[in-house]
Amino acid sequence: MQRRYLVRRWKNRVMAGVTFLCTLAVLTPLFLILAFLASTGLSALNWDFFTKLPGAAGEPGGGMANAIVGTLVLITLAGVIGIPIGVLGGTFLSEYPNTRLSHTARFAADVMNGIPSIVMGLFAYVLIVLPMHHFSALSGGVALGIMLIPTVMRTTEEIVRLVPQSVREASLALGIPIWKTTLRVVIPTAAAGIVTGIMVGLARIAGETAPLLFTAFGNRFWNRDILQPIAALPLQIFAYAISPFDDWHRQAWAGALVLVTIVLIVNITARYAAGRQVKLR
Amino acid sequence: MQTRTPALIDHTTGIQAQDVHAWFDRLHALRGISMTVPERKVTAVIGPSGCGKSTFLRCINRMHELVPEARVSGRVLLGQENVYDEAADPVLVRRRIGMVFQKANPFPTMSIYNNVAAGLTLAGERDRRKVEQIVEQSLRAAALWDEVKDRLHKPGTSLSGGQQQRLCIARALAVSPEVLLMDEPASALDPASTLRIEELARELANDITIVIVTHNMQQAARVSDFTGFFLDGELIEYGPTNDLFTKPRDRRTEDYITGRFG
Ligand SMILES: Nc1ncnc2c1ncn2[C@@H]1O[C@H](COP(=O)(O)OP(=O)(O)OP(=O)(O)O)[C@@H](O)[C@H]1O
Ligand SMILES: [Mg+2]
Repeated sequence: MQRRYLVRRWKNRVMAGVTFLCTLAVLTPLFLILAFLASTGLSALNWDFFTKLPGAAGEPGGGMANAIVGTLVLITLAGVIGIPIGVLGGTFLSEYPNTRLSHTARFAADVMNGIPSIVMGLFAYVLIVLPMHHFSALSGGVALGIMLIPTVMRTTEEIVRLVPQSVREASLALGIPIWKTTLRVVIPTAAAGIVTGIMVGLARIAGETAPLLFTAFGNRFWNRDILQPIAALPLQIFAYAISPFDDWHRQAWAGALVLVTIVLIVNITARYAAGRQVKLR
Repeated sequence: MQTRTPALIDHTTGIQAQDVHAWFDRLHALRGISMTVPERKVTAVIGPSGCGKSTFLRCINRMHELVPEARVSGRVLLGQENVYDEAADPVLVRRRIGMVFQKANPFPTMSIYNNVAAGLTLAGERDRRKVEQIVEQSLRAAALWDEVKDRLHKPGTSLSGGQQQRLCIARALAVSPEVLLMDEPASALDPASTLRIEELARELANDITIVIVTHNMQQAARVSDFTGFFLDGELIEYGPTNDLFTKPRDRRTEDYITGRFG
């Protein structure tokens, strides 16, 4: 009796230890990356980095102001394209789950999720860059926007499906038409969850490099025209990292640190939004 | 234009179901219900679980057809108009026939105020003053105003179960329906809240027509003027509540109200 109890307690402790180690194994890479980025990138982070354009090749100094803004512009463009389509599409999938269109769209979204990001870049290249004969922010935004759609669509579908039927019926019984019930009652009820999905999707595309290589292309200068090439943090990091200059290497690390910070902030916002979701179960 | 049940003939915005059948896919849930619900009275619908009470209610305000694979046949007259007429708009029908559900279902993201206002604002009412007025009126009519007037902008879900149900009644009243359908509105509530809902049903019947589904025979006896007994999708017996409970004409009604089955 006493012995069995001791054995059980011992087993319990071993299992708790294993669980702890697994958690540690998940967290370690994240902290290593952050620590490493901070130690290497922080030294190159200064006011100039956020306010200046890149310097001439090999010259120390200069910054990534245009790339930071460029990334924000690209994310915005992607959002403008991807969010409405994703949210409305996901809502459709949830409200009309068994139509042939839904099955097709769901399948397409899953396939799209698996398509390598560089192929998305190629697609935008063929669709927009070739007809316009030059690289542009728009084409980069389209490439990222298309990548955003499946993530937003599937998370929206999941969360909208959780909205209880009783909420829909309450609205319909008031004499609110179905479409209005969906747009003004169902979607708002799921809103915080949808926002979380959007944030996670945005964080994912913020760091994408491949789809921008032959779309947004990069730019060493400011660009106010979305029909012209635009700088982006991942592109700039890539260009600096493969350059032969030490100062640029340091700036590449700093750029990576800024990019990761942006992604982290977006993810934390997503958590906050998720916490505000009204309970659906 | 159509035959009416003679005893209840003089009511104009009552409801007349005429040979109403309802299906869920293959399941024949209502088998030819003909029933006249008089204006400004409380009519109770009783019967064992699964006999089609909710389905009947949902046929009246055209909610039944929203269930995939569900079908209805027959006519339901609201006043003189058939709600299933080709030209009838189900959205307008539901505006005129309000509904309160078994489980209180306030909109979870909306405040108390916005819950009550929802039927108006979502239909495009812009006049703030008018909405404010109607919200207050409706909350008073639902006997909830005094309890919530100081916290109108708190979430509707912050109220107790009984208060939430009265909130749902206020929400339904705000679009000034002519008929209010109540599907076991008190079945999830404690005795005190139940009593309040019953009083409310009686009071509301001064102005509008009430149809209330209940499992509770005492409740039907307390609250209603007329009672219909449903069994297996059929209306077995229908008449003044007092008669139905004291001298039922059908054996099955008697069995049910004396608790021999159901
Ligand atoms: N959504 C649905 N899909 C398929 N069948 C249904 C559906 N809703 C109800 N039914 C069936 O229709 C019949 C009538 O159901 P209804 O809900 O009207 O019964 P009820 O009298 O309201 O019962 P209760 O007192 O338990 O609420 C039952 O046999 C039920 O199983
Ligand atoms: Mg029912």
